[in-house]
Amino acid sequence: MFQRKEGDNAMPDALGHFGPYGGRYVAETLMSALDELTRVYEDALDDQSFQVDFQNELTHYVGRPSPLYEAKRLSQEVGPARIFLKREDLNHTGAHKINNTIGQALLAVRMGKRRIIAETGAGQHGVATATVAARLGAACTVYMGATDIERQKPNVYRMKMLGAHVEAVNSGSKTLKDAMNEAMRDWVTNIDTTHYIIGSVAGPHPYPAMVRDFQAVIGEECRAQCLAQIDRLPDLLVACVGGGSNAMGLFYPFLEDANVKMIGVEAAGEGMDTMRHAAPLNGGTPGVLHGANTYLMTDEDGLILDTHSISAGLDYPGVGPEHAYLKDRGRVEYVAITDDEALAAFRTLCSTEGIVPALESSHALAQAIKVSSQLDVGDVIVVNLSGRGDKDLETVAQLDGELL
Amino acid sequence: MSRISTTFQQLRAANEKAFVAFITAGDPEVDASVPAMHSLAAHGADIIELGVPFTDPEADGPSIQRSSERAIANGVTLRKTCEIVTEFRASNTTTPVVLMGYLNPILAIGVEAFAHLAHAAGIDGLIIVNLPPEEADSLAAALAKFEIDLIFLVAPTTPAARMANLANKSTGFIYYVSFKGITGADHLDVEDVQHHVLELKTTSNTPVAVGFGIKTAEHAKAVAKIADAVVVGSALVDILGNGESRFDQLKAIQAFTQSIKQAITSH
Repeated sequence: MFQRKEGDNAMPDALGHFGPYGGRYVAETLMSALDELTRVYEDALDDQSFQVDFQNELTHYVGRPSPLYEAKRLSQEVGPARIFLKREDLNHTGAHKINNTIGQALLAVRMGKRRIIAETGAGQHGVATATVAARLGAACTVYMGATDIERQKPNVYRMKMLGAHVEAVNSGSKTLKDAMNEAMRDWVTNIDTTHYIIGSVAGPHPYPAMVRDFQAVIGEECRAQCLAQIDRLPDLLVACVGGGSNAMGLFYPFLEDANVKMIGVEAAGEGMDTMRHAAPLNGGTPGVLHGANTYLMTDEDGLILDTHSISAGLDYPGVGPEHAYLKDRGRVEYVAITDDEALAAFRTLCSTEGIVPALESSHALAQAIKVSSQLDVGDVIVVNLSGRGDKDLETVAQLDGELL
Repeated sequence: MSRISTTFQQLRAANEKAFVAFITAGDPEVDASVPAMHSLAAHGADIIELGVPFTDPEADGPSIQRSSERAIANGVTLRKTCEIVTEFRASNTTTPVVLMGYLNPILAIGVEAFAHLAHAAGIDGLIIVNLPPEEADSLAAALAKFEIDLIFLVAPTTPAARMANLANKSTGFIYYVSFKGITGADHLDVEDVQHHVLELKTTSNTPVAVGFGIKTAEHAKAVAKIADAVVVGSALVDILGNGESRFDQLKAIQAFTQSIKQAITSH
């Protein structure tokens, strides 16, 4: 576990840089806490007992390994490639997010911090954080944009049931980015007692590398499962990218497998030719937000633009800095899928496989369906089914003109 | 010598402390800023700190967040902020003006191009909340060509060795953040500030300004006993935001500015 790469993939450097991206662009008050977190995290990487604790939690609490499932009816319908789903939706709490929250919560315990805060968009990371806080008996506050609270009500109530305080954020665009601003304001105020569990491979160093390492279990399992189930590596990996943690977790263990292609799928919202999207790698420029240098959705004056996606978890103007680096290197291809395409894929998976995917993951599915027809018979695509879609039923029902 | 250094030298010679007055550029209206800056300078502000509006002011409390949102709604950008300084400089060539904000608007213009722009506008220094020295080399070099000061922040959580490094790299003055928190919060602990500032002053001769959460003449007076300068922001921003008319705003600013300057002078 937590294998370090060499050469071009030996990222980040000591200051958290992935090539020109990443780094640590934060208020001075946070610098010592980030140093402490980096130290504790690096110690944990070398500590056998931490590894054992983490693995035990993943096995007995999360229910790992998650299956690698061949979606045969889906493949038949969209063919000719074979589509496999990495079933992160079957994890406890219904998404990949818990891999990271468990890792960071164990680090918080090591640091003696008994209060945990988080930002959340779709609510999946908020639920995963509230869950581990309950499991460890820690106090928990989750910041969530008022707009997201409205469209993800079931998750808001889940967090409350788990004992977390959900703080509505009414500033700015009232979505994920504003929740992150507010979480950073809380952290700077309560830095002595509080650990901030960032939910993606975003934010200042060490978060992008640390969250990737905790999520890399997805790719490590997937790689071993491919070798066991089909006796070879897959031809293509596809994952959705908001901040990009499920994609980084799947991709990272395959980076040195030159024959494995990778596609990261951003949210094209109402279309890349409109301004109503959330695809910084496809339609943005490099800049600095939330502690890192990375691709952002900004205007010509450097102000951050409001984004749009039907999926709250992808509705974010930035992206993890390692994705920015992998894009520039050409190792991963980044594309964008519209709201409508994602919805169609959502319905297709429901009807062909009896699996309700998250709208976030539906973006990756839509891309897999799109490219499947261009591949050869027997080619293998693995889609990271990063979360389940129960939380999205209200959104989809409304589009169908039904009220739940 | 830069306007900032000259100002501190003159104040030191007179055994006085500096009042650094913060307002957000273009708030509450675009054309409110230049009259407000002149009023501040006329009634006791020694340095004017002009906040550059940003969509995601992650270190700021509600007062400055709202002022930033108002300014953005007024179409105020970093370029527009530079124009405001240019207009101010037409009739004031002595009061130092420091911009305070976040990094991305500068990157959007480009570090070199911005340094030219800032110099042409008559800007004397920059405080970039989310730019620690580790990431500041290229901006520091571009600004140094024009003798524009890059002012770093020191926090209560900054360890001693790092404090010395920050003090060493900061030019013009050092900005000491008075508590763990966001601008305008209510947990100023004067004794704690005095303790840290004394420590900071043993590491360098660069003047130390203290800001975040200083709202009253009483606070200002206590902090000025130890620090070289006192920054007041959120309280001024609230006065500007609450004024019914331009006349009310300027009258209130005048009275508040005089009270702060008087408090820090009569220690």
